[in-house]
Amino acid sequence: MVTADTLKPARRGRGIRPTRRGIRPSKGYRAFQVVNAVILTGVVIVTLYPFVNIVARSMSDQASIISGEVNLFPKGFNLTSYEHVMSDPMFWRNYRNTVYYTTVATGVALILTTTYAYVLSKRHLKGRTFLVAVAVFTMFFNGGLIPNYVLVTTLGLKNSVWAIALPNAISVFNLLVMKAFFESLPVDLEEAAAVDGLNTYGILLRIVLPLSKAIVATMVLFYAVSFWNSWFSAFLYMDRQELFPVTVYLRNLIAGSTGAEFAGAIAETDEAQVDATIKSVTIVLTTLPILTVYPFIQRYFVSGIMLGAVKG
Amino acid sequence: MRKGRQSWRRAIRRDWQLYSLAILPMLFFLTFRYLPMIGNVIAFRRFRPGGSIFGEYWVGLRYVKMFLTDSTFWNVFTNTLVLGGLTLIVCFPLPIVLALLLNEVRTRYLKRFVQSVSYLPHFLSIVIVAGMIMQMLSVDGVVNQIVDALGGEPSAFLQKPEWFRTIYVSSEAWQTVGWGTILYLAALTTIDQDLYEAARIDGANRWRQTWHVTLPGIRPTMVTLLILNIGTFMAVGFEKILLIYNPLTYETADVISTYVYRVGIVSGNLSYAAAIGLFESIIGLVLVLSANFISRRTVGTSLW
Repeated sequence: MVTADTLKPARRGRGIRPTRRGIRPSKGYRAFQVVNAVILTGVVIVTLYPFVNIVARSMSDQASIISGEVNLFPKGFNLTSYEHVMSDPMFWRNYRNTVYYTTVATGVALILTTTYAYVLSKRHLKGRTFLVAVAVFTMFFNGGLIPNYVLVTTLGLKNSVWAIALPNAISVFNLLVMKAFFESLPVDLEEAAAVDGLNTYGILLRIVLPLSKAIVATMVLFYAVSFWNSWFSAFLYMDRQELFPVTVYLRNLIAGSTGAEFAGAIAETDEAQVDATIKSVTIVLTTLPILTVYPFIQRYFVSGIMLGAVKG
Repeated sequence: MRKGRQSWRRAIRRDWQLYSLAILPMLFFLTFRYLPMIGNVIAFRRFRPGGSIFGEYWVGLRYVKMFLTDSTFWNVFTNTLVLGGLTLIVCFPLPIVLALLLNEVRTRYLKRFVQSVSYLPHFLSIVIVAGMIMQMLSVDGVVNQIVDALGGEPSAFLQKPEWFRTIYVSSEAWQTVGWGTILYLAALTTIDQDLYEAARIDGANRWRQTWHVTLPGIRPTMVTLLILNIGTFMAVGFEKILLIYNPLTYETADVISTYVYRVGIVSGNLSYAAAIGLFESIIGLVLVLSANFISRRTVGTSLW
């Protein structure tokens, strides 16, 4: 529990300005600080609770779940469901697909976004406004589901990684973030390189990109997380189970349940009981990679969003 | 005219390498963004699977008339407006409130901790979020445990149309509120501290300082995000609804995009679905253009 007391040491640490706006905090303000801490603690609890609950469910036995006893801690601790899911070859196959699709799609997206952002960052370029408008207009108007579906199907991209990678190759938001970054680079270096006889491609590869490692890393993360999490393209364009990414594996697992329940089969059959933990386990196992990298990637996302906001 | 052509020629001679870099991205935009826009003509044409992506022959406004007289269409249209409206009313102000609260936290590590935790749901796949919603709302889930403890009757919330809007909006808030604070927190740091000093000398208490200094300071951010939210108003969480709705809750859960999906992809009436989808896209465009126009006229902030 966070109280006003826990706020004190750091307040001392900040030195001359105990609070930013006043010399001495009023009684009302101190009361507000306590209320504020309580509210924010509430936000933290509400955000984290579903995660804790799902982990607890995944490690409990069926009977405790069905009787509605599992809450914060596992009841009747056992990991048999983990063994069950992890011994399913299709689960691992779909996981490998996710890795493969994410890698290919991120690669394609990175190349197209970088080249276009670089072109758009050149202020002197004739027709630049038009090139920017071509991209920005698509943020506010798009063809919609059906024409896209017809197009991808007609192009024969179904059941291939290209059905996922190509239609989502440039996110305009990411494009604008990268353009803003390129515009902020000093022009002297590029001019010097041009005088030394480097052509545009050489300047981009040898001068600009080495200076842009941070933004390239941010872009890789933006795209990789979005492709890793995506499911609908694969759901739409992949016909066979061995081609699904793990998100579609999970989707079919949880959708199957509503179907069963809808058919009136809420009755506590053995299958339904097994279902309860299997679902939780699969959710935990698909969330785990994101949770593992989250602490390291979060700040890149935040700085990327800020950079985009300056321009966007 | 002549001069224009000449300067183009000069521009191409000088920058042809730059233009060449734009070729692949342009191909992408033309093929996967602008071609589908043109592909919407199948809304007015007879479409045969395996035939041309632009359909076979003109049928005029047949499909438009069809959906205008389709009672399901009007139901999903209403649902779209209600869900979009509720999401806007709840999920637009919440990040502002949270950002203001976070801004008052004096302990830096505590602030950073709350931020890190609240951003987390943004990084989850919508499938995982849907899975969590289903687990928490299942008959043996947490929500029913609470209902049970309070002496209520446990029920399958996801199969009750009257609960769908609450479930949708609250899970949306759970997933977006933390991430939504980022831009506001950034805007808050740019407010000139002297303004607070001046307000204090004028006798403003903290509440009035917030009202007269802080809020006007983040107004441009608020307006920009409001316009963007209005732009996505019609496209309400298609993927999430597709995952958590079911025939029992169609009455309140079915929206234009999910209806388009079922009519077009599941039942194969591509022209009819395209007509409805085009209608949705046009409303979306009109909404964002008018929101932008109104805000430029009234508060002087606009997207472009």
